[in-house]
Amino acid sequence: MSPIITVAAKEFRDGLRNRWVLSIAVIFAVLAIGLAYFGSAAAGQVGFTSLSTTIISLASLAVFIIPLIALMLAYDGIVGEDESGTLLLLLTYPLSRWQLLCGKMLGHGAIMAFSTLVGFGSAALIMGLFAPNISWAELVVPFSLFIMSAILLGWIFIAFAYVISVSVTEKSKAAGLALIVWFLFVLVFDLGLLGVLVGTQGDVDAEVFPYLLLLNPTDIFRLVNITYFADQQLSGLMAISEHVRMSTTALLLSLLVWLSLPVILALALFNRRAL
Amino acid sequence: MTNIVELMGAEKRYQGVHALQPLDLVLQQGEVLGLFGHNGAGKTTTIKLILGLIKASAGSVRVFGRDPTLSESRRERQQLGFLQENVSFYEQLTGLEVLRYFARLKGIPVSDCHRLLEQVGLKVAATRRVKTYSKGMRQRLGLAQALLGNPKLLLLDEPTVGLDPLATQDFYHRIAQLKEQGCTVVLCSHVLPGVEKYIDRAMIMGKGAVLAQGSLDSLRQQAELPLTLNVKGTDLQLPQDLQSRAITLADGVSLKLSLQEKMPVMQHMLAQAGVTDIDLHLPSLEDLYTHYTRSCVGHEMEGML
Repeated sequence: MSPIITVAAKEFRDGLRNRWVLSIAVIFAVLAIGLAYFGSAAAGQVGFTSLSTTIISLASLAVFIIPLIALMLAYDGIVGEDESGTLLLLLTYPLSRWQLLCGKMLGHGAIMAFSTLVGFGSAALIMGLFAPNISWAELVVPFSLFIMSAILLGWIFIAFAYVISVSVTEKSKAAGLALIVWFLFVLVFDLGLLGVLVGTQGDVDAEVFPYLLLLNPTDIFRLVNITYFADQQLSGLMAISEHVRMSTTALLLSLLVWLSLPVILALALFNRRAL
Repeated sequence: MTNIVELMGAEKRYQGVHALQPLDLVLQQGEVLGLFGHNGAGKTTTIKLILGLIKASAGSVRVFGRDPTLSESRRERQQLGFLQENVSFYEQLTGLEVLRYFARLKGIPVSDCHRLLEQVGLKVAATRRVKTYSKGMRQRLGLAQALLGNPKLLLLDEPTVGLDPLATQDFYHRIAQLKEQGCTVVLCSHVLPGVEKYIDRAMIMGKGAVLAQGSLDSLRQQAELPLTLNVKGTDLQLPQDLQSRAITLADGVSLKLSLQEKMPVMQHMLAQAGVTDIDLHLPSLEDLYTHYTRSCVGHEMEGML
């Protein structure tokens, strides 16, 4: 068996054993069903809301929680093995550094993908079965798109976590950096962009501005899910993308680009890591 | 026959600091080398060079006839066993699961794991989590890991730490067995009590340089350390030149002798009627180690003053 698969399989089993898989799946399922059922509580109703409302509010909540989970899952992937001494040992085995790193990322990626699929998938199943106003036909495509983009977002932040993990020598430092990365991408970037927009009184070229959203994978994730429901009124920062409609395929492709960058960076940094 | 390990003028510098002075070391099949030295002496750097984990700044390193840092040599690592100091295995896994993981990575049938665990005395604990293991049990698991796939070269850093005397003896017997099978072993330590019998050669290092290298006998001769002769009895007559050097004990005398003096003095003492017991202590590995490292550490102390 290829060493990559061996490492990935161990990582996935660890995820099952220490309840990561279960916790993530339950969080996602509860989040999705909760939003679907109580989403319109503010409007004084209880019961399943429309699919578009559900997906859009789900996307804007998931955008906070998926990166956090991914970073927590994987930040100690390499530095943790280094601290316990097993990294040195593994590198004396007949496997190369890139195989070890790819195996670990693959394992964590599988944990993320599996729990996302089970968590959100079961929510979709419940909605399909019990929501009177949502038919299977209209449910399948947006939910598949949502799950797919959620998995990609999780993978991107797992790759970020590995960039951190291969560049530091202490676990606590990795945890701190992971928090900063989360803060920058999830909160600061959007605030900064809004600040620029307000500060320049909207003087920035309306054609250029939406492309700035591509600089942040969390914004791309939200765009993917929001643009599907084109008739929806966009609010907040997402509204600025109205001038330029980007296709779903282009957005998904840009997520893939975002995935490959930190993966390549992590591999390069890990190769140079001193032992 | 090719040499298993061959270091020629291998040295390592980290940002200008000499972690390892140019070092020559040749190990043949079935040889057991004891590598001794205090912390920062260069033991670990030497081991890492042999393992191919780091690249020599100058000189050459050959293991199984190849440069171990090249990716083509990765396959050779299957014939290599390593156990470093202070490794803590995956706590949440059982001993058997840990060993199976490493066996898979080494490309060895996982069915060997049971037998290995039995050999190191972990059969009963095999299905318990590593979290519950004592220090000695962890060390034995580490040994089982190093022995996976009958390695031809075994590098062990502080292998007997945490082992009880009985397990230490078992471990040395294992090393002797492996040596008979043609395995080359490097034992790395501060000092290993009782290891003398099992090593062919010792290399004592200090501050990144080799202080002494050779068989224990040749090291003893080089060091010219005195041996101790304890004689018990009454009415002991000592040769004239020894009287000033003798330390009087309650029931006899203690003498410090050079190797050349040993036989004449023994014969002289044995000829006496009042002697009831004679006890001879050769300089131990620990004495040799202290002798060779003292000068090195001594300079360091002077420098600090």
